[in-house]
Amino acid sequence: MASKKTGTPPSGPAGPSRKGMTGAQIFHEMLLDEGVERVFGIIGGAVLPIFDVLYASPIPFVLSRHEQGAAHMADGYARSTGKVGVCIATSGPGATNLATGLATAHMDSVPMVAFTGQVKSFMIGNDAFQEADTTGVTRPITKHNCIVKRIEDLGRTIKEAFHIARTGRPGPVLVDLPVDVTVNECPVEPDVEPKLPGYKPQLKGHMRQIKTAAEAINAAERPVLYVGGGVIVAGASEHLRAIAEKGNIPVTTTLLGMGAVDENSPLALKMLGMHGTAWANYAVQDTDCLIAVGARFDDRVTGRLDTFAPNARVIHIDVDPASISKNVDVDVPVVGDAADILPRMLEFIEPKDRSAWLARIDEWRKKYPLRYDTDGHIKPQEVVDLLGQMTDHDAIVATGVGQHQMWAAQFYGWRRPRQIITSGGLGTMGFGAPAAIGAQFGNPDKTVIDIDGDGSFSMTMVEVLTAVRYQQPVKFIVLDNDYLGMVRQWQELFYGRRYSAVEHPCPDWAAVAEGFGATGLRVSERSELGDALKQTLETDGPVVLHVHVDPDENVYPMVAVGKGLHEMDLGKLA
Amino acid sequence: MRHVISALVRNKPGVLAHIAGMFAARGFNIDSLVVGRTEDAELSRMTIVAAGDEKVLEQIRKQLGKIIDVVKIRDFAEVDYVERDLMLCRVHAPPEKRSEVVDIVNLFRGRVVDVARNSLLVELSGPEQKVEAFVDLIRPYGIRELARTGVIAMPRGAQAQRRAAERQTTE
Ligand SMILES: Cc1ncc(C[n+]2csc(CCOP(=O)(O)OP(=O)(O)O)c2C)c(N)n1
Ligand SMILES: [Mg+2]
Repeated sequence: MASKKTGTPPSGPAGPSRKGMTGAQIFHEMLLDEGVERVFGIIGGAVLPIFDVLYASPIPFVLSRHEQGAAHMADGYARSTGKVGVCIATSGPGATNLATGLATAHMDSVPMVAFTGQVKSFMIGNDAFQEADTTGVTRPITKHNCIVKRIEDLGRTIKEAFHIARTGRPGPVLVDLPVDVTVNECPVEPDVEPKLPGYKPQLKGHMRQIKTAAEAINAAERPVLYVGGGVIVAGASEHLRAIAEKGNIPVTTTLLGMGAVDENSPLALKMLGMHGTAWANYAVQDTDCLIAVGARFDDRVTGRLDTFAPNARVIHIDVDPASISKNVDVDVPVVGDAADILPRMLEFIEPKDRSAWLARIDEWRKKYPLRYDTDGHIKPQEVVDLLGQMTDHDAIVATGVGQHQMWAAQFYGWRRPRQIITSGGLGTMGFGAPAAIGAQFGNPDKTVIDIDGDGSFSMTMVEVLTAVRYQQPVKFIVLDNDYLGMVRQWQELFYGRRYSAVEHPCPDWAAVAEGFGATGLRVSERSELGDALKQTLETDGPVVLHVHVDPDENVYPMVAVGKGLHEMDLGKLA
Repeated sequence: MRHVISALVRNKPGVLAHIAGMFAARGFNIDSLVVGRTEDAELSRMTIVAAGDEKVLEQIRKQLGKIIDVVKIRDFAEVDYVERDLMLCRVHAPPEKRSEVVDIVNLFRGRVVDVARNSLLVELSGPEQKVEAFVDLIRPYGIRELARTGVIAMPRGAQAQRRAAERQTTE
């Protein structure tokens, strides 16, 4: 857990002198100092000095097949462990290939440090071979980035990068390293004392605001906790559960907040928003006090803004002041770390009987449950449902982006934080396979599953080779609906069924997997599904299970763009 | 509403690009942006004039605050402050109009810094409004060329400084 969130860290104990070390050696020392357990990436000319040091390093290196894959691996590792994920790429194309991974991590506040090689510092600006303005390209998609032009600054800059990545609202930091900086020897003892006068994340919540928030909650008859990934990032799930239980307050989560509460709890309403449950969405529209914690009122969550939670006083707890009142006007803002604020708030929360409110929500739950048909083709929902049961709802599950991602969110049955590994903010297809591999590296004893779409899997499935090479037993389950399904759904509902560019023929993924050296399995009959899943879960090593599912299934409920949450289309659920 | 925001930033390459890029990416409109050195060699001061409602301005301040290399932000909206904009302007002024133009320049406490046969080069500084008033008056004579620095600003007196500081820490 990224719990070291107090101000600027002190520099490490004065170890042996690092004067005279090369930049690459200093780089390596700093990684050891930070406790980096593994590095993902791809080699190239501008990072040769670094890899020369990694050659004999105790820090294992994972060679991915594409830099995007390396970035998503570092991301999956970080999301599932709470530690900083580290990746390396060479200059030019290596660096630009990282961009999607950085943007994905940036949108979802994932702590990562990316190192890129750069042409020699005195060549910069000359359009040298494999030169790209990496800091220019990645500035808007990282929490921070910088280029090191003097070897004397290298140690400090790396220390700062890790500190910035893991503190406050976490995010990816990129450090660009010209090759002369990593080759040359440092003439002085390198300075490793962070110098960040402009960086002081506000972690401690204001007492008066905490009390005001608690009073508003106590006064509410129909409060709802609306919980985002920030709670998981802060490691504050336990505190959140305590508040929900003490006050009898139902909890709905965003896609990234899944697992902050155990969905077995009667207080858990599952996901809200565009594909949220009917009962969560109705509860939000009806609540008189919405308590947002570590969530950012994303448009996929709120639907039409001016009808969102129309009767609610809004409390917003977030470590990022810029998230507060950005989209929705907030009545009680509380800036700070959820792990600081929630336990302090708990004291002021009065136990209150809210059974009438919970009963009302339960009625919606009974009237419009999540469900699916069980005739004809295998339904994608039933695959997820079965998987949840067969893994005791305890696996780490990565996803691609699309319908299958929403079904995974709706049907798996989340129980604990850091269980779902999914690209929420950026919606990056291709995230699932490499992110699952990264998560498996960080959690060798856990079952890690990639619930993927045929489209998403196609984008990065080459990384199955990485799983094979490094013997990471990820179970890749490809829900093949013959379509770029989510887009097909929009075309069906909003574009008169003109299915433009969404048909998506696939190869026999099981055969491809076998060719890659993994186990490949295929299933298209309902009667064989249980066995196929069992075999997938029980086979050692990486497995790709190609599941042919109903091509025409849609995700419901659905709140169309421009509609309020209460106007959701329940489709077959109504 | 017009706001003058001052940001102390680290004097490092890329910081200006970062701030300008943030403004563009988030669709904030800025009237002017001035960067210059300060008493501290490691810090530069950016003075930004931006227009928008309170909500937009609040986002501008907060988004600026998120940039790691921005050290301190101050919005002059509620404090008494001094602002200056420096202008150089070449005005069409043939001999028969010259004294009229010089009169206007004097009224505004400007200075004529160069004289040619048919034109005068005028230097004028003051709050943005004053500079604009001058430009309006002089326009009928014919403006050949005009350059302005954009606004820099500082609060008046110690009390004002404290208030500005308080405002900054409550956000
Ligand atoms: C990199 C990328 N390109 C395009 C999109 C747009 N997009 C969103 S969902 C989707 C279809 C996903 O298809 P698939 O992975 O098969 O999932 P399904 O919806 O069929 O379950 C597309 C093309 C995206 N999110 N990401
Ligand atoms: Mg598909």
